[in-house]
Amino acid sequence: MMAPLAGTDATLIVADVAVIGAGPAGIAAATRAAESGLRVVVLDRGLETGGQIWRHMSGGPVPRIAQHWIAQLSRSGAQVIHGTSVVDVQHEDAEFEILADSSGSALRVRAGRIILATGARELFIPFDGWTLPGVMGIGGAQALLKSGASFAGKRVIVAGSGPLMLPVAASLANSGAKLILVAEQARRSAVMRFAAGLWRAPALVAQAARYRARFLSTSYSTGTWVTAAHGADRLESVTITNGRRTWREAVDVLCTGYGLVPNIELARLLGCETRDGAIAVDAQQRTTVANVLAVGEATGIGGEPLSLIEGEIAGSVVSPRARISDALLRKRAALEIAARRMLDAFALRQELRSLPTAGTIVCRCEDVSYGAVKDAVCARQAKLYTRVGMGPCQGRTCMPGLDFLLAWQPDTVRPPIEPALVSVLSSELADDAAASILFNSSVGEAYQ
Amino acid sequence: MAINGAAAELNIVVDDQRIRVAAGTTVAAALFNLGTEAFRRSVSGEARGPVCGMGVCFECRVTIDSRPHQRACLIAVADGMHIRTATEA
Repeated sequence: MMAPLAGTDATLIVADVAVIGAGPAGIAAATRAAESGLRVVVLDRGLETGGQIWRHMSGGPVPRIAQHWIAQLSRSGAQVIHGTSVVDVQHEDAEFEILADSSGSALRVRAGRIILATGARELFIPFDGWTLPGVMGIGGAQALLKSGASFAGKRVIVAGSGPLMLPVAASLANSGAKLILVAEQARRSAVMRFAAGLWRAPALVAQAARYRARFLSTSYSTGTWVTAAHGADRLESVTITNGRRTWREAVDVLCTGYGLVPNIELARLLGCETRDGAIAVDAQQRTTVANVLAVGEATGIGGEPLSLIEGEIAGSVVSPRARISDALLRKRAALEIAARRMLDAFALRQELRSLPTAGTIVCRCEDVSYGAVKDAVCARQAKLYTRVGMGPCQGRTCMPGLDFLLAWQPDTVRPPIEPALVSVLSSELADDAAASILFNSSVGEAYQ
Repeated sequence: MAINGAAAELNIVVDDQRIRVAAGTTVAAALFNLGTEAFRRSVSGEARGPVCGMGVCFECRVTIDSRPHQRACLIAVADGMHIRTATEA
């Protein structure tokens, strides 16, 4: 037995609805729920409201749609708490108790309903050299850029898959990076078919054209991918192929990523069922667990407009006088079709399954090689023998890629779902009267 | 919390080197601009730097004000902050 730990005091917040994630889906859900009079608290890991897609340069311009929603959210009365990672959730009677690490201190949130808006992360497929400093995610590069990093004068290649590559390439070029190549693994025919299907959404075509215009001097190659990165203690060059020809380019930064993966860990901890790697929801955005709803990319990759609509629907569903407009439901259906078309267009080619060699590190936390795991029959067996996916990131970085490479099914999820300080895990409520309660107003009839 | 006035600068200390950075910058961006290669060393000693930029991958961990394993991409620089990377002196 472990010696009892001296628990620190946790802050307690009591709310009607806890929204996890302050990206577009979480913002829309929290706004609609709070507008109905419910006490809503939003927990977010980041420093600012908006999530990854609405991340903006500090002091720089905020996208107009983001301004609109962030203003609505702040008027709604919902409370947003940043720098907060959810570690565990307990379920007692009709109430959830969420344990979070809030900037190093323990935070407990009691709420009757949870809306999961946990977003997505990038899918990485490991290859030799991908652990070198200078190799980063495509969204990762965008995030760094928007948080103050300078790519000016750096030789950059953006290689991977999906519509995220265009805006990131455009902003890197805009910021003065020497963009050498944008390489999309999907075939030209598939990308063109997808682009042709966009006639229904002329705004997206115009946007894509604007992005492309910003890096016109750089080649955009389809059917092209990076097979290896080279360097000593940092990236120096990459090997590129289009299946017929293989060549090398000297670079400072390689941005890589093969699309997005829904963040389903918290949902699985709660016992929610998943479908095709996303949180399963019904037409009202309800998961298979009572009083837990889910919205946005965590329920399937669909983009910002779909996330906003799903958020609005969920926020309305939890409201005392739930009313969902038919217009919202129709828009959601149309956007879901567009999302499926996008996923088909950027389907990953078979050749990518042979990217890693036996010596390629797959688990960056525990430095486990591909050779050590590729013969395991399942994720659990591989974990037991090699510690793959058992480091601080809990497999979030390597497991989706290994699932693609080896068709593993995801292993079970156990708390804590994020590394947490012992003082947070062992925190206790000193006493409810003394603990700080964020909300004082009572909305009795709203929440029963 | 938006930090207004992009021109505002503050002082931080990275591996005993005093530098000025723009307020609102994350620690990860500040170190990237400084040319830091090894934010941390992996269990087998490899140099590692930021990958996901959003707190998922844990590759950008550094020691901030004596607290180890802080994700540099999730923390904004603060005046007087001391950051220790895995860069060898």
